[in-house]
Order: sequence, then C-alpha cells, then structure tokens
Amino acid sequence: MSGVQVETRRETARASAASVALDRWGHQLQRLPLHLIIVVFIAIWIVPTIGLIVNSFRSLQDMNAGGWWTVLFPPHGFTLASYTQVLNTENVTTSIFNSVLITVPATVIQLAIATMGAYAFAWMKFPGKNLFFIVIVGLMVVPIQMTLIPVLRIFQATGLAGTFIAVWLAHSGYGLPFEVFLLRNYLGGLPREIFESAEVDGAGHAVRFLRIAVPMTLPAIASLTIFVFLGVWNDLLVSLTFLGSSPNRPFTVVITQLVTSLGGGWQFLTAAAVLQMSLPLAVFIALQRYFVRGVTAGSVKG
Amino acid sequence: MDRIITAVIAVVGVPLVLLGYIYLGEWVIERLPERVQVWIRPYFWALPAIGFATIFMVYPLLRTVVLSFRNNADTTWVGLNNYIYFFTFPDTLTSLRNSLLWLVFYTLFSVGFGLIIAILLDRVRYESIAKIAIFLPVPISAVAASIIWKFMFDYQPPGQVQTGTLNAALGVFGAQPVAWLVNSSTNNAALIFVGIWSITGFCMVIISASLKAISTEVLEAARMDGANELQIIRLVVTPLLWPTITVVGTTMIINALKTFDIVYVLTSGAYDTDVIATQMFRQLANAHYGRAAAVGVVLFVAIVPLLVINIRRFQQQEEQR
Repeated sequence: MSGVQVETRRETARASAASVALDRWGHQLQRLPLHLIIVVFIAIWIVPTIGLIVNSFRSLQDMNAGGWWTVLFPPHGFTLASYTQVLNTENVTTSIFNSVLITVPATVIQLAIATMGAYAFAWMKFPGKNLFFIVIVGLMVVPIQMTLIPVLRIFQATGLAGTFIAVWLAHSGYGLPFEVFLLRNYLGGLPREIFESAEVDGAGHAVRFLRIAVPMTLPAIASLTIFVFLGVWNDLLVSLTFLGSSPNRPFTVVITQLVTSLGGGWQFLTAAAVLQMSLPLAVFIALQRYFVRGVTAGSVKG
Repeated sequence: MDRIITAVIAVVGVPLVLLGYIYLGEWVIERLPERVQVWIRPYFWALPAIGFATIFMVYPLLRTVVLSFRNNADTTWVGLNNYIYFFTFPDTLTSLRNSLLWLVFYTLFSVGFGLIIAILLDRVRYESIAKIAIFLPVPISAVAASIIWKFMFDYQPPGQVQTGTLNAALGVFGAQPVAWLVNSSTNNAALIFVGIWSITGFCMVIISASLKAISTEVLEAARMDGANELQIIRLVVTPLLWPTITVVGTTMIINALKTFDIVYVLTSGAYDTDVIATQMFRQLANAHYGRAAAVGVVLFVAIVPLLVINIRRFQQQEEQR
C-alpha cells in the first residue's frame, strides 16, 4: 500500500517539475518579443560605431570595394594605412595637440571660478542675490549663437581672436552658469554646523572655502570636470567661430574642414574620427559610474 | 613650444591667481569695518563668476539684439530689414521649417525611445550591459558621430557596389539605393535620426533612474488589482515618470533648437537641410552681421518660453528647500 503511495507521490513530483520547466519555457517564449525588440535597439545603437572602427583598419581600395562587413570573410585585409595617412596629414597632429592645450586650461579656469562663485551664492547673504541667481538659471538655456558676434568683436578689438586665450575665456563664460548652479546646490547642501564651528574657531572665509567647502565638494567637482572636459574636447561651434582657420584650431575643426574639402576622398578620416572619440569613450568606460551619476544629477535637478 | 608654456602657465597660473585674489582680498576685507565687510565680501567672492557671465553672455545678448536692427558694418539703423529678410527669403524660411522638424521629431523620438528602452530594460537581467550599448554614442562628439553615419548613409549609383550599410541592406531586399543625405524627402529625417541616436542614451539613463525610484509596492498593488503589464506601464508608471519626462523633454527641445554640428558636418546645410543655427553661422561667416544677429534673436525668442519654465521650476524647488 505504502509503496504505491510513494510511487504516486513521486509521479506527481516529477509531473510538477516538468510543468514548472514547461511554464518557464512558456514564460520565456512569451518574453521573446521583448528580447527581440531590445536586441534590435542595441544593434541600431552599436553597429554604426563598430562599422566605423572596422573601416578605420581597412585600406581605401577595400572601403570602396565593399562595406565594413566584408571583413568577416577572408581575406580580411586589416591595415593601419588610414592611421598613418591621417597622422601624416598636415595639421592633424598639431590639432590633436591643440585640442589638449584648449581643453585642459579651459576646464581648470571655469571650474575654479565657478566653485568660488557657487560658494558666495550658497553661504553668503547679499542684496540682489536672488536676482543674480535667477539670471544665472536663465543663462543656462541661452543659445551661445546669441553671443557669438559681440564676443568675436571683443576678441578682435583686444587682438585675442585666433588665440588659445580667446577659446579658454569663451568656453569658461559659456560653461559657468550651469556649473555655478550645480555647485551652489551641492555646496548649499553641506551641513551649516561645520561652517559655523569653523567660524567660531576663528577661520576666515578663505580658510573655510579652501579647507572645508572645496574638499567636501570634490565628488561634485569631479563629476563636473569629466563633463566640462568632454564638452570642450567635443566642441565644434566655439572653436570654429573664434579660431576658424588659425593654426591653433582643434581636432574637431580640422576633421570637419577635411570632410568638406576632401569631397570623395574623405574615407580615410575614419581613423581621425576613431582617434577623436577614443578619449571620450575611454573616459566613459573607465569612469562609468561617475559619468552616469553626473548625467542624472545634472538634469533631474536642473 | 611656446604654446605648451602658455598652457602650463594657464593651468598653474589661474588657480594661483585665484588663490592670490582670495587671500589678498580677504586680507584687505578683514581690515575693513565690520559693517563694510558684510556688505562687500559676497560681491568680492561672486565677482569673477558674475563678471564672466556679464562679459560673455549678458552683454553679448543685449548687443546682439541691438545689432539685429543695424546694418552689417554697424553704422546705421536699418529698422526691421534684417527680420524682413529672415521671414521672406526662401532659404531662411527653409531653415526655420527644418528647425521645427528637429524640435518635434528629435524631442519626440529621443524621449520616446529613452522611455521605451528604460521600461523594457527594467524587465531583463542583462540591463546594465544593454544600457552601456545604448549610452555609448552619448560621449562621442557630434563630429565623430557624423562621420560614423556618413558611412551608414553612403550612396553609390544603382548597379555599383553599395558600401553604405543602409543601402547594402536595402539591396538585400532588392530595393533601389537611396541617396539619404541628398534626396530632400529623406535627408532631414536622416540628420534628425543621427541626433536621436546620439542622445537617446542620455534620456534613457535619466528616465531609468526615476523608474528605479518607483516603489515596487505601488506596482505590486496594481498587479493585485488585476492590471496587466501594459496597463501598469500606461496608467501607473508613465504618470509617475511624467515630471522627469517633462524635464528631459525641455532639455531636448533646447538641444533641438541649438542643433548645429551634425548638420554642419554631414551636409553643411545643402539640399534644404539648413537649420537656424547653421543659417546663422553662414551669415556670420559671410560677414552679414546684421542678418546673423537677427537669426540669433529669432532663435533666442523661440527659447524664451523654456527659459521661463526653467526659472519657474527653479523657484518651486527653492520653496521646497
């Protein structure tokens, strides 16, 4: 008797295990459209970049004879020809260098000034403070096109047009409103007691700013630095306007000018584009977490 | 070599100058009477930031408005001539129309795709790796993105080998190749899509962050009440995400109106693809300063409502602080 019971119990257990597995399969099958849609999105968002990177390692003849996918079949024909050609093109190496010489000082200048201004807006009271700050919030959305002509005139009048100093200053001016806004929110969130006890201990504003405010704001400053740095590195319009054809123009401007001037032979610029985007991509992949945090902090609050 | 020295001086010098400014200024201020100190100190601290904002944004903004009523050499008043030109010349009207197309479709699709992808990825295990793939174009410059897509859109006459990915794909289905960037029925859509491709990851990340903030209890309660997944997304998730969607949406509208790089690199505004920003740059490059200023003012006027919304939102946030 008992043996039969055990047997049936086993049967039901096996049956239910099978139905669970079937259920899971059914469930996954139901979810197949979901996975398919996601795969299509991922493909559209990633394939173009892969195509460019693959093409940058092919010869010009191969690029004209077939699309990037032909490397899947032998002969693969990988070569560094595009890279040697682009690096030997006049201006290109200089312009990569220029990009660094523009980006680093521009980033340092604006963040230094913005942190100082944010400190005043966060921890000091003065007449007109709200009005000044509302103007800054408004300036965050003003298109820089609106400022190009008068600023260009200022640079021409002062002899700065075409110099690094011009773009350092212009980038700093354009970046400041957002940076002051973000840093002021962060600084304002620090505990008041810390500043008050420092004041009681006789620390002046210089000490409170440099020893307390700046170190405690470093996480925000770090995220912001990544964004400002990449923003300037990737910029086209500001440099195009204030540097134009000057020998100081950055990588993005030179690439753009080569695309239009080369007409049919622009394909070898794949290597230039890959070089230009390798820095932002490396920064993104290395600092992913800060990057995503910076994006969300910047816009949800903004 | 000179240039390296200049750069090093700038990187080291600027913080040093600011430090000197802070210490020296505070040294002087601390020796002033208490009443004067309280009055003068905030302005001293905010001065560099306010100064930069004034010289590079506030003054130029006002000056551009004035210039838009002046001739190119800035010697006489020309009344509304520059604006009349803008609103009657076919080329500038095309750029206005295209900017409207950008505004509608770029905003709709970048936010829409961002929302859809965020919701879909929330339901699968490989979410984080998939997010990286979608976000990858965000750090890429518009210049590099344009070259990436120049290959996608590449066109060869029918009968020749299609090296562009899209036309090769069309060929597989036996369709004729399309000159995506030249054909005026496809080129604006093509350019706008490059913009959407570049920014969707940004929208997705922000929407996803607030999606994660929705408590699972709310969703469970809806499921208990017998709502299916689509109803939950439509009736529970989307309304809760709405504040985030509007913030992201306004940012995208501003982006759309400012669009310059993609159009400038891919078509230079040829074949009826001009937008307001490229139109303005062309007028500027041709030394038509009055007209360029008028184009700038039109762009600014289009952005004013968003500026007001931004300030309102800021004031609401301040009240909550």
